[in-house]
Amino acid sequence: MERVRDILTGYTGKRHELVPILQEIQTELGYLPEEALVMIATFTGIPESEAFAIATFYSQFRLTPTGRNRVMVCRGTACHVKGAPQILEEIENYLNIKEGETTPDLEFTLESVACIGCCALAPCIMVNNKDVHGRLTPKRVRGIFSDSKGKEQDTS
Amino acid sequence: MIRKERSKIPVKTLLLGQGTCCISAGAEQVYTALKREIAQLGMADSVQVKRTGLCHGFCQLDPVVIIEPEGLLYSEVKVDDVPEIARSFLPGERLVERLFYHSPVTGEAIPRYRDIAFYQRQQRTVLKNCGYIDPEEIDDYLTNGGYQALRQVLLEMTPEQVIKQVKDSGLRGLGGAGFPTGRKWESCYQAAENEKYVVCNADEGDPGAFQDRSILEGDPHSVLEGMIIAGYAVGAAQGYIYVRAEYPLAVKRLRSAIVQAREEGFLGEDIFGSGFGFDIEIFPGAGAFVCGESTALVLSIEGKRGMPKPLPRPRTTEVGLWNKPTLLNNVKTFAAIRWIINKGADWFSSIGTKKSKGTAIFSLTGKTVNCGLIEVPMGITLREIIFGIGGGIPDNKKFKAVQTGGPSGGVLPESLLDTAIDFDSLTAAGSMMGSGGMVVVDEETCMVDLARYFLDFTQKESCGQCSLCRLGSLQMLEILTAITKGEGRMADIDLLIELGEGIKIGSLCGLGQSAPNPVLSTIRYFRAEYEAHILMQQCPAKRCKALISYYIVPDKCTGCTACQRQCPVNAITGDRKKIHVIDQNKCTRCGICLSVCPERFSAVESVPGRLVSGD
Repeated sequence: MERVRDILTGYTGKRHELVPILQEIQTELGYLPEEALVMIATFTGIPESEAFAIATFYSQFRLTPTGRNRVMVCRGTACHVKGAPQILEEIENYLNIKEGETTPDLEFTLESVACIGCCALAPCIMVNNKDVHGRLTPKRVRGIFSDSKGKEQDTS
Repeated sequence: MIRKERSKIPVKTLLLGQGTCCISAGAEQVYTALKREIAQLGMADSVQVKRTGLCHGFCQLDPVVIIEPEGLLYSEVKVDDVPEIARSFLPGERLVERLFYHSPVTGEAIPRYRDIAFYQRQQRTVLKNCGYIDPEEIDDYLTNGGYQALRQVLLEMTPEQVIKQVKDSGLRGLGGAGFPTGRKWESCYQAAENEKYVVCNADEGDPGAFQDRSILEGDPHSVLEGMIIAGYAVGAAQGYIYVRAEYPLAVKRLRSAIVQAREEGFLGEDIFGSGFGFDIEIFPGAGAFVCGESTALVLSIEGKRGMPKPLPRPRTTEVGLWNKPTLLNNVKTFAAIRWIINKGADWFSSIGTKKSKGTAIFSLTGKTVNCGLIEVPMGITLREIIFGIGGGIPDNKKFKAVQTGGPSGGVLPESLLDTAIDFDSLTAAGSMMGSGGMVVVDEETCMVDLARYFLDFTQKESCGQCSLCRLGSLQMLEILTAITKGEGRMADIDLLIELGEGIKIGSLCGLGQSAPNPVLSTIRYFRAEYEAHILMQQCPAKRCKALISYYIVPDKCTGCTACQRQCPVNAITGDRKKIHVIDQNKCTRCGICLSVCPERFSAVESVPGRLVSGD
């Protein structure tokens, strides 16, 4: 929790800093541990229940640890009509987890996102909040994962 | 700040878009390779390789290289193509014809992008600089007339004159609701408080829309300039940009634009020596669709749960952020301001229809030949957009509907293709302008499934304070899911309508009031498809798994065993060289057999309805 304390020193403790604080701590730790939420509540002078209420209201925040790689499947309209459900299913089968879950080796977390705004490349996924892969087909999905997952785990 | 040396004027400029779409298609690598290759050939002075914030909106062709001054376009450029492109600028070399865009209709090469149908019918105004300027270089914005409007406003106009000009232009809020911008500014101006705020709504949460992201990535200064002008007009000194956290590149470019604008004195105290001071901060949203609603957005910036305030609620222009008068406009609205100041209200109001002035920006996606970001005058017909700019439906499929306005909008069938679109005509047809998403669907899209998809989205995003929105949408979703599973009853259709009308009346904010739109409009225009699901137990579009079957055509099957080996539930029988048969009782309709059957045989077909073994 040393790191949380470090981050908090960059803020004054005003109420409107709450969401940015939560974002920074999640970027640092990958999720929001209970202990951190309690510290943030004390720091900003709000009840713990309130801090928890904010953290659960916004879909960006997570209360459980994530994998090293975050895979976000776009569920936007264009992606949906161009086969996003099949893409999601393919990734679920490949990683052997369901949407919202993390692989036991903490390598991958699979999530879906409302839209990443690359509709012209539908269907698409975003990995680690930066790499967008577009114009996917179930076959190409396997290619992306076997590239990043390493040979020993490649089951295809 | 070190300014770029501009002593050598390049003969050619190569423009490479670096938006989120472009980068995902490999534009960064092409840029680096091209720059290196041109330098190696000793042409760095005569051929400038320039990064721009975006491509020219024809995202589907990414990565695109535009060659100015001729306006030539190379599409889908790969790193391997780079040496050939670089060499083509040597004296006596020929252009790389194979990289030209080829008309999907005639197959002929179209070298100049202005001749491509996708661009011909567009009227790029707000997007004018997107794809031409480097968003991370303020100099580039300045040489394209940037901050001239701000200078004019601060040194030559009173706030009242600015507001009058915006009012006269007829600009309406481009976030989707279409509220007259000038009136909003006036009401904020008249609010008697010393402290006021300007907020830019960049919480583009609608699935299927990406124009706000594109403007922020491609021309961030135009948004800042619009906000500063607005701050002067209403009397605010601080602005906030509420931007989605899912847009990391947009946030990065906005940050660098703000830093540069501060360095150049366009933000901060005493701008242009006018005595007026203004600053802007970014607030990254944390992912809640409902925060697009003004009162929810304001609460979210304050660090609270973004739940719309109960009625009767004062306007945000009177009681907004920290209970101070707050002017809230969309990205596109702010981006339009500089043009209205530069070119005048008359120029702006000469474009568009009687009640909707100017241009509309759409994200044209889905089942069209050309997808991308487009800007068209208000009043253009859907047909001109979909079949003119969009080039129609690919693969000889039939147009079925176009969905506008995202989860708050509705679907429009073929019979409405000739509707001239503006804020009012779309609302009258049961849809809306909304955020500008325009998703075209063909015969392969199931309208019940599409309605279910949107409701699934809004249901999850409901903040939960209005019972009808929270529970009613869940009820509707359950009914729709039942219909897609073949468990619907005929009475369900009327029940959906009743629930939908109830939710519209009984919800506090735009989310609930519009959530039933996709369902109501699909029932209005595609009732027969609902009935087919319920009465015939068939999904005509062959999308709803429970209401289709896979079938191997005996005459076409060669007994290659491809499908048999891949079937996860061993539902396919038949040995090598013997006709395969699917056991309909075992089949889970995963569709793997269809995808693995070699194209030259195409023996597996999907059919609407449930077959029983022996069919």
